[in-house]
Amino acid sequence: MKKDEAILDLKNISVAYGQTKVLHGVSLHVMPGEIVTLIGSNGAGKTTLLKSLFATPSPYSGEIFFGGEDITVLPTHMVSRRGLSLVPEGRRIFPAMSVSENLAMGLVACTDKSHAGPTLKTIYELFPRLYERRDQRAGTLSGGEQQMLAIGRSMMAKPKLLLLDEPSLGLAPLIVKTIFTTLKQIAADGTTIFIVEQNANQALKLADRAYVLSNGAISLTGSGTELLSNEDVKKAYLGGH
Amino acid sequence: MSRRPVSRTMLLSLFAALITLILTGPLSGLVLNGYDFTTRFAAPLQIAAMVLILRFIAGLLPASWLAPKQKHEVEPRAPRFKTYQLVLGGLVLYLALASLVLFASKYWLAVGIMALIYVLLGLGLNVVVGFAGLLDLGFVGFYAVGAYGYALGHQYLGLGFWAAIPLAALLAGMFGMILGFPVLRMHGDYLAIVTLGFGEIIRLVLNNWMAFTGGPNGVDAPAPTFFGWEFKANVTQGGVPFHEVWGLEYSSGMLDAFIFLVLLAVVGLTLYAVSRLRGMPIGRAWEALREDEIACRSLGLNHVWTKLSAFAMGASIGGVAGVFFAASQGFVSPISFSFFESALVLAIVVLGGLGSVYGVILAALFLTLMPEVLREFADYRILIFGFAMVLIMIWRPRGIIQQRRPFFKRAGS
Repeated sequence: MKKDEAILDLKNISVAYGQTKVLHGVSLHVMPGEIVTLIGSNGAGKTTLLKSLFATPSPYSGEIFFGGEDITVLPTHMVSRRGLSLVPEGRRIFPAMSVSENLAMGLVACTDKSHAGPTLKTIYELFPRLYERRDQRAGTLSGGEQQMLAIGRSMMAKPKLLLLDEPSLGLAPLIVKTIFTTLKQIAADGTTIFIVEQNANQALKLADRAYVLSNGAISLTGSGTELLSNEDVKKAYLGGH
Repeated sequence: MSRRPVSRTMLLSLFAALITLILTGPLSGLVLNGYDFTTRFAAPLQIAAMVLILRFIAGLLPASWLAPKQKHEVEPRAPRFKTYQLVLGGLVLYLALASLVLFASKYWLAVGIMALIYVLLGLGLNVVVGFAGLLDLGFVGFYAVGAYGYALGHQYLGLGFWAAIPLAALLAGMFGMILGFPVLRMHGDYLAIVTLGFGEIIRLVLNNWMAFTGGPNGVDAPAPTFFGWEFKANVTQGGVPFHEVWGLEYSSGMLDAFIFLVLLAVVGLTLYAVSRLRGMPIGRAWEALREDEIACRSLGLNHVWTKLSAFAMGASIGGVAGVFFAASQGFVSPISFSFFESALVLAIVVLGGLGSVYGVILAALFLTLMPEVLREFADYRILIFGFAMVLIMIWRPRGIIQQRRPFFKRAGS
């Protein structure tokens, strides 16, 4: 892949659940090595956009390219196997399994599992809490630890692009800060990151570039700092301070 | 875990025996007799020999049982047992259980066979319901496929017992996949209803397809043979009678004893396979699918294949159980495959503890042996049986043996 070619490229996609149209011609792209965030209010279609990447549902018009390949109608599990890994909204860890088993589940889609050992070590270094609790039932972890686990689980597959859906959901501000710091570190280690967030303040501070989604369409785009100081964004998403 | 060679264990056991001799020798070897004493060598030597043997057995146990756990770096866990330990332990257990054949009457052998068949059915359904969390009320369908596969396979294709086992497993596995496809998108109640219908369809087809299955009249199933030995008074399948080869008096229990022995081995192998599945990627995938399907799919797990493989694996175990059922009864008819059987097997799995392999075995033995033991209570036995089930569910709502994750350490260790 060339450096100047977008790793993820959404071309004018429109998505609907049955008759209900949610996204109307959304275009956005993520370059390799970037941290890109998508912010927007409830019901703007953020999660739907992520779901459409995994063909649940597929967009009814428009195309999705990942690493130059058209993945618009690829089955869900094949999309992940291309190197696109999602940290789902609400974490969705496997509560009855141990932490280490949860992490092992991140490997299911990898045909080549030779990187498992070193990757596991990296993840435990990023999240020492997970190492301490590797034999504990994942359901007994705190919310923040569960989010760390969900991120770690997605990292196990060594994705080219890590997608996060609302990583700050239901977490204390201090924990959110820790997690975003870690995300920065993950990005510095070479993983491209795309974050969908409602917590615009944190997300924009972290992001290289940002998109604002409102009512199913991109209403604004720019660098993270640009949007942070944008009056409309401030009013709508940052609580007007 | 450090490696502990057998020779070292032997040396350590000898050392332990020597110490025992020194410590207990004077106590047990010298008998005071007035102001005199006599020596007695047998007792101290017996004690020392006992210590020697016990120490040797203890040495064969995995080090983690005796020594405190080492701190693990990031690395896969070493297996709990080495292969030879498993083989040895399995063999000893098998021989111990197999020796029951020598004492049991024909009646108890038949009961034992039924109990083991239900253990097998329980293990099969446990894969589907316990591991993968797919509530299957039509499991008896696969049992029927296995039983009829054997009986009809013999009638039409001349298949023998030994060929029927793998073929029935395959056939039932295929039926499992056929059931799996339409129910891929279903969960919980809906899945239960569809599988219930599936089980009934199989029974009704067997009951009404007179030309092929003989309908309610059933089909004869041949008695199993072993390398040409037949376990009947008169040979019917061109072999030689077992009792003549070995110069034994013919007894009608021989066939049951033989089926019991083979079934015991099959149950043992299934048990090993199923408990290994838990720690393998496919087993973990089943459990993850049960816990959160969306998370699984977002990780790139092919949920279609994973679900189908659970159905197929469970079904093929049920199919093998069917072959043994047909072989032990010598006859199959649709009456044996009513919904009650499905319910009973499901009760075994739930009572034993969803996903718990050993709990399922206990529950299967309990639910099949209990009605026999209670026969003396005649009219009340089903009532007592029902009460016992209710009580177990009150005392142990999550089953007799609750599911334990294979890789958990106890907290604090």
